[in-house]
Amino acid sequence: MKNQSVTSNLDWTTVLIYSTLVIMGWINIFSTSIPIEFTTFDFGGYYGKQMIFILLSIPLIIVILSIDAKIYEKFSFVFYILGILLLMGLFVFGKTVKGQTNWYGIGSFGFQPSEFMKTGVSLLLAKYLSDAQVFLKNTKFQLIGFAIIGFPVLLILLQPDAGSAMIFLSLILVLNREGLPEWYLWTGFIAVVLFFAALLIEPLYIIGAIILLMIFHYLRARRIDRNPIAYLVVFVASTLFILSVDFVFDNVLEPHQKDRINVLFSDNVDLKNEGYNLNQSMIAIGSGGLIGKGFMEGTQTKGGFVPEQHTDYIFTTVGEEWGFVGSTVVILLFVTLLFRIIYLAEQQKTKFSRVYGYCVATILFTHFFVNITMLIKLFPTIGVPLPFFSYGGSSLWSFTILLFVFLKLDANKVNEW
Amino acid sequence: MRKAILPGIIIFATVAILARLFYLQIIDDEYKLKSDNNAIKIVYDYPERGYIYDRNGKLLVANQPSYDVMVVPREIKNLDTLKFCELLSITREEFDKKLKKAIVYSPRLPSVFLPQLNKKEYAAFQEKIRKFEGFYIQKRSLRDYQVNVGANVFGFITQVNPAMIEKNPYYKSGDLIGKQGVEEFYEEFLRGRKGVKYIQRDKFNREIGPYKEGIFDTISKQGDDVTLSLDIELQKYGELLMKNKRGGIVAIEPKTGEILALISAPSYDPALLVGRMRSKNYTALYNDSIAKPLYDRGLLAEYPPGSPFKILTALIGLQEEVIDPQTSFFCRRGFSYGNRFMKCHDSGPSQLNDGIYKSCNTYFANVYLKTIQKYPKPAYGVDAWSNHLKSFGLGNFMGYDLPPGRRGHIPTSKLYDKYYSAGGWKATTIISNSIGQGEVLMTPIQLCNVMCAVANQGYYYTPHVIKKIKNHTIDKKFTTKHITTIDKQYFPEVINGLFDVYNKGTASRLRVEGLEICGKTGTAENFTKIDGKRVQLTDHSIFVAFAPKDNPKIAIAVFVENGYWGARIAGPVTTLMIEKYLKGKITRTDLEKRMLEYSLESEYAKVLSGQPFSINR
Repeated sequence: MKNQSVTSNLDWTTVLIYSTLVIMGWINIFSTSIPIEFTTFDFGGYYGKQMIFILLSIPLIIVILSIDAKIYEKFSFVFYILGILLLMGLFVFGKTVKGQTNWYGIGSFGFQPSEFMKTGVSLLLAKYLSDAQVFLKNTKFQLIGFAIIGFPVLLILLQPDAGSAMIFLSLILVLNREGLPEWYLWTGFIAVVLFFAALLIEPLYIIGAIILLMIFHYLRARRIDRNPIAYLVVFVASTLFILSVDFVFDNVLEPHQKDRINVLFSDNVDLKNEGYNLNQSMIAIGSGGLIGKGFMEGTQTKGGFVPEQHTDYIFTTVGEEWGFVGSTVVILLFVTLLFRIIYLAEQQKTKFSRVYGYCVATILFTHFFVNITMLIKLFPTIGVPLPFFSYGGSSLWSFTILLFVFLKLDANKVNEW
Repeated sequence: MRKAILPGIIIFATVAILARLFYLQIIDDEYKLKSDNNAIKIVYDYPERGYIYDRNGKLLVANQPSYDVMVVPREIKNLDTLKFCELLSITREEFDKKLKKAIVYSPRLPSVFLPQLNKKEYAAFQEKIRKFEGFYIQKRSLRDYQVNVGANVFGFITQVNPAMIEKNPYYKSGDLIGKQGVEEFYEEFLRGRKGVKYIQRDKFNREIGPYKEGIFDTISKQGDDVTLSLDIELQKYGELLMKNKRGGIVAIEPKTGEILALISAPSYDPALLVGRMRSKNYTALYNDSIAKPLYDRGLLAEYPPGSPFKILTALIGLQEEVIDPQTSFFCRRGFSYGNRFMKCHDSGPSQLNDGIYKSCNTYFANVYLKTIQKYPKPAYGVDAWSNHLKSFGLGNFMGYDLPPGRRGHIPTSKLYDKYYSAGGWKATTIISNSIGQGEVLMTPIQLCNVMCAVANQGYYYTPHVIKKIKNHTIDKKFTTKHITTIDKQYFPEVINGLFDVYNKGTASRLRVEGLEICGKTGTAENFTKIDGKRVQLTDHSIFVAFAPKDNPKIAIAVFVENGYWGARIAGPVTTLMIEKYLKGKITRTDLEKRMLEYSLESEYAKVLSGQPFSINR
């Protein structure tokens, strides 16, 4: 008889990293949100509420770990549909904040269904891909895979919340891991590169560069691969794409999205308006130096110069008050967590667990990457929280669910055969 | 391969993020600075500048509050420009100009927008200041002069310019600094030390408390009061006497080297250089290239000293033992040397005593000749002679605590070797030096210092205008005795000669009952250029003296530009100054009235008239 106890099979390494990140996050939220004259612990403040969220995540974890692992696989479709219904419900009952309708307001607490949908999509995707019949070289299965991801993306884009939508799109990496033909990824990658290139460089030069690359390829390729139609298709498609970038940029993107891209590439931006957030964020991080200004000593943090510092911009506090050393510690903790999850995923005996583990790693990585790179002018500003770190119940709990469902599946692997 | 994609991306992203963080946090300093500019506001607390007193404890320079309108251009918001200009009574153009200047200095650091409001302007503006975001009032203290004399001694206060800020980081835009005179020389004592408070701000520019609990803050330190050696009554009297004349008076207490009066005429009221009109007034004074009120004649004017130099010729002759008091020379209304002739108003035999009081050129030409000829080569003689002179502090900066002035000039053999090729000259070639007309140049303060050394019979102290600095001792160099190369034993005979100048010599008409004054007249030829031609002007009137003869309390040098002979103007002025200082009142009211009314303006106007004119009338 195998050991049935969850506690003895649980991957405590992951739990330890998770706890460390959550506590570090709270310490930084505390620093951003205490008043200058700190007298009593205020449960109405951000740090107080976050404390409650953290404490409440303990029973949540217990519940997740107590549920039979089979339930998650069996009811994955139900979770998915539930998530879709909640997303649709937003259009009727949702609260609109800053033009985005992505919250349910319940008293003073908010609830963001797109956060929880990440678990729903991951579960269904894992379930679908674990079906032995599903073979991703086949277009039909590809399309269903895309649809599982694409449906919630569509609903989220309508809110509109491009940041969250992007997180879901990153799950294509999982499809790739499970056998999606390579060219999807390459096409996507090249499209992104071309998009930014076209914004920065004259289209004619890019087209010239593409022609040169094709000539180079033609000379090097085996005769059998020299397919003139393929060259033509690639050439026409990329040319059209490049020429359409300006149009898309001017007419499809929202003004604030255009600003965010402009801010990234231009040095000549209005630091009082569209350039303010990024500038203040860079000042906070950059002024931290090697070891930072010290806990609760950050002038940018205390002065409230960085907007939304307790949520999406929480890492600026780390940078300012803990410096390069502290930032590195946090980043390495995240990376360790990601590798641990990938390692555990590869160890899984069922495809369901493995795919789900990959989904968790991919989602966490995308959040981590987008959140931090947007603060240091490596990526356009996209408002996504830093997992486990950023203030917010929906965010903390949804990441907790996402992670601990996987830990439950992992703990259960001894029962699989 | 597929397995490696996600880990690969993660590693790539992590390396990129860490590299970027390393650059931002460790390599690039820009953000530290930006963060300080963002969040830390520096507030200065300006201490009051130290007061200035005269030697008798009379307050000369105090302070008055002044209010500068400061601006931080970046913080200007919703400004009602029209109302703002109206309140400060400036035009829209001036506003734009000033704001632009402030932005050029720095958009985020405070700079002075409008300096030195008076109390009334301040009161009106202060009520509304809250409405003008980005502007604030900085209180400073300005000088409040209790006397209208001594401008050249005090110097003035001015705003620091960017070059000064660069040189000394203590100063920030809008700070005040002493310029010229005592204000500059004793700046570090007088200004005190401003207090600094670092205040943390939030993004709305609200102050949210001291930065780091105030560990970097400093408390302001009051400026130290300074007592000058000036006797302000004497200074006032001197400036009064020099009205409508140009020239300088230097009076020093020989026993200490303390400057009792330093007068440069024409002068100006120091109060002109205070307040909003400062720069306008300063420009006017600066541009007055005719009267040159900013030119301190007592320190800067270099002249051939003329007859007073004979004192030194005599002393050197005695020291070199080429004459004794009884040595006699015969004057035939002049002195012939080679095929040339130096005129003299005297005739007959002269010894040391009457040589001095009659100011006989022939006598001193002979003394000088003997001095130089004592040595095998004239070059050795000249160098021995110039070393004696240098021991009186001549030919170099004296090191007093005022603007450095000029060196004057004492020739050495090198100079003559250059002029006439080595060996191409002899004692007679340079005979004019004997009567102070050759290559010797002296400033009035140097001349006065020579009289101090004579009065002290062989030593002097570096002249200085400082007497006391509160909480500090004055520079040791002002209390260090400088011994001349002339032995004490040679002075009494020369002093007797100087005493007889008043008894029976060139200043006999200037005697004051009950005062034993030793003096010497002087007359110096001088030239100017008119339309590129060298034109001789009326002689400068020069007089040096000390008194009383025994236990001297004052040494003085007076020179009056184009005042003609020494006893004409400089002599009476000297006498009156000495009487004023020693007796406190004037018995020679006839002299006083004449001097107060005497004007040389017509003499000065002649030169500028463009008409031909005659001199020495």
